[in-house]
Amino acid sequence: MAISKEHELHARRKSRNIFVSLALVAFVILVFAITIAKFQDGQLIEGFDHSYRATLLKVEE
Amino acid sequence: MVDSTVISKPQEVKISEVLELLKPRVMSLVIFTAFIGMIIAPMGINPVLAFASLVFIAIGAGGSGALNMWWDEDVDRLMNRTRNRPVPAGTVSGEDARLLGLWCSGFAILMLALTANFLAAGILAFTIFFYVVVYTMFLKRRTAQNIVIGGAAGAFPPLIGWASVTNGIALEPILLFMVVFLWTPPHFWALALVTKEEYSLAKVPMLTVTRGEKVTRRYIFWYSISLIPICLLIAFSSIGGPLTLGLVIVLNIMFVLASHQVMTRDADDSARDNYNREKNLFRLSIWYLFVMFAGLGVESMLHTFYEPYLVWPELF
Repeated sequence: MAISKEHELHARRKSRNIFVSLALVAFVILVFAITIAKFQDGQLIEGFDHSYRATLLKVEE
Repeated sequence: MVDSTVISKPQEVKISEVLELLKPRVMSLVIFTAFIGMIIAPMGINPVLAFASLVFIAIGAGGSGALNMWWDEDVDRLMNRTRNRPVPAGTVSGEDARLLGLWCSGFAILMLALTANFLAAGILAFTIFFYVVVYTMFLKRRTAQNIVIGGAAGAFPPLIGWASVTNGIALEPILLFMVVFLWTPPHFWALALVTKEEYSLAKVPMLTVTRGEKVTRRYIFWYSISLIPICLLIAFSSIGGPLTLGLVIVLNIMFVLASHQVMTRDADDSARDNYNREKNLFRLSIWYLFVMFAGLGVESMLHTFYEPYLVWPELF
């Protein structure tokens, strides 16, 4: 018997596994998009780095 | 004799059944009202963060729906309307529904906190707690006011949407909360009048069972009246305007008239036309909320893009 033969269990769970895979991929994409969006806003990350906070610097005229 | 359950292949849970556990119709209402809560908020939000927040609010709502189905299996099995739900139908085990509900809820709260803010996540957590523990586990089987107090759970999404954008709470989303809160009893009681026998059989103390049809019909009418001042306040608030005022007048006249028709008839009248007017009121209530909130969304965009709206008299 070929080792690659698909078990009956795999056939039964195929659609479910595809759905879970797509859901996980969608979640990864969503988290990536959230990360980019947060970086663009820049408000929440400002206080957590080790450089000067831009909003506290004097504005040069 | 051979036990067929031992030799038969195990039944795999289908994705469609899992999705059904999340109560997609309730979820759509939650997404819609939370979305409007976001749109009407005075500050802008990054569209990606808005979309992600809505996704997590929806998952949280779905989680609470699954927990509701887990706890209410015995009641759902007794009613025609709910006996085909996955848990009472036996296609998904109660244990699986509970786990799905808990995971979805925890995941949604955590992700909303990271995506939006802790206030929005806190309100979502409280909403899930209120719906599952306060309404499903405690109120539903004990008091005829189950729908009245439990209705608050369905009223929180506009607040969550607003808080996701502003990281705060204001009078405007509280008024939206009040609209959904006061709308829920007549909406559900109109349905309860039609399915009175089922609630009685399932021993759920709906108002129709404990106080009878006559009292329920009166309550429906007075709750529909109570919506008017709240809606008028919204029309003259910072999120209102002429469009909202027009919708408030038309929708409330229709809703009060339909409620009055339901109030002024008895069980015999209803039986003669197969509860036609009660069903009409139930359908109208869905349109009422949808059009009202959609109107607020459009009004908010007009506020942003159309200058004459600035002269609208705002009371607060």
